[in-house]
Amino acid sequence: MTTQKKAISLSVNGISYEASIEPRMTLADLLRGELVLTGTHVGCEHGVCGACTVLLDGRAVRACLMLAVQADGASLTTVEGLETDGELHPIQQAFIEEHGLQCGFCTPGFLLTVHELLENSPDPSDDEVRDALGGQICRCTGYQAILRSVRLAATRLRDAQAAASSQGS
Amino acid sequence: MKPARFEYAAPDSLAEAISLLEQHADDDVKILAGGQSLVPLLNMRMARPEFLIDLNRIAELQYIREEAGWLAIGAMTRKRAVEESELVRQRQPALLAATQLVGHPQIRNRGTVGGSMAHADPAAEYPALALLLGVELRVAGPGGERRIPAADFFHGYLATALEPTDVLTEVRIPVLDPGTGWSFLEVARRHGDFAMGGAGATVRLDASGKLSEVRIALFGVGAAALRLHDVERELVGEQPGEALFQDAGARASQGLEDPLSDVHASAEYRRNLARVLTVRVLEEAVGRAGGAGGREEGSR
Repeated sequence: MTTQKKAISLSVNGISYEASIEPRMTLADLLRGELVLTGTHVGCEHGVCGACTVLLDGRAVRACLMLAVQADGASLTTVEGLETDGELHPIQQAFIEEHGLQCGFCTPGFLLTVHELLENSPDPSDDEVRDALGGQICRCTGYQAILRSVRLAATRLRDAQAAASSQGS
Repeated sequence: MKPARFEYAAPDSLAEAISLLEQHADDDVKILAGGQSLVPLLNMRMARPEFLIDLNRIAELQYIREEAGWLAIGAMTRKRAVEESELVRQRQPALLAATQLVGHPQIRNRGTVGGSMAHADPAAEYPALALLLGVELRVAGPGGERRIPAADFFHGYLATALEPTDVLTEVRIPVLDPGTGWSFLEVARRHGDFAMGGAGATVRLDASGKLSEVRIALFGVGAAALRLHDVERELVGEQPGEALFQDAGARASQGLEDPLSDVHASAEYRRNLARVLTVRVLEEAVGRAGGAGGREEGSR
């Protein structure tokens, strides 16, 4: 039995892509296998570990729990899209400085989840951060260092925001 | 590529979805809502449908409106939209509380209100909330539209009144009457994980402070969510208080016919959870209704 392929177009990290895919392909497999954006990691493939988390139109979602055809017309951000002109995103930099990663497998999912959190809540309480990260599993770094990384990232992003708005006034 | 092969369609309208369901009445068809339960089943090949009808492009199924004492919520409304809805916050706080217990934020960004009802997972919050609040499910099929009360909608483990050619279109949730106290709690290993057990309650008090209306629902402890009608009847007309709540908890626990036993918790543990959670939701609901023996929010 052959399944008819579907043509889709989507934007990933600001770049437009077109692909012809089987409907059963997951979004995670499209990103990794077809678009060769292998920064999106695949752990459990049933929505529990959070490693494959990407931003879909600004919202953090599990790339393993979406079919690629469902992303037709959508705008995605993966970990590859966080840096600007070779400079790491403040969240990435904070994870390095506060030892928020060891092996790094789970990190892309953490970074994008934190990205959504800090967009919506620039000064989250520790409880809020823990709650937001509840869906991300890390097996080696330890969560305290990750929590510290998020605090640092939040402070830096707020400072940058304050600096930008005082310059603008 | 993990899921087995299937044909796929993503209609733009409900009418188109219903017509596709009719055309494929003889095939093994699955409806795809938020995908947070179905896609894992596809990935593990526990579900191998021949044809998948994706409702995610149907904008007319995404809304939250107030209609004369009810919140009418389109079946494809995301849990995150419920969580962020000012209308939900004001009109039915128990729905907000239950929604915040569903999965993790990333799951609520995709998971839908209708999907949770149609999937009827025994550990899911929404079916229990539906039984507790007397929710109505609007269903469209080839023969037209019908409304099914929650009490008749849920048939057991992952089973509902939905026929293969039906689409759940709207979930109708009564708004909270002023004076009704409510509570909705669960116990999970981590916030966001599947509940090992959960409970909800609503209560009303008469002028003398006695319980005039009581509803209790449990989930995650058996094959499906359930209302505790017998326990509720025993409580009506009584003066609320710690001894009464403890007694109700004991009855709830003893009344469990076949508690679930799995890797997450033994049957004995779940029997105890049913007791503890029944006491807690009664305390909290009575506290919110302003009654005696109740516990203020956040005092635990």
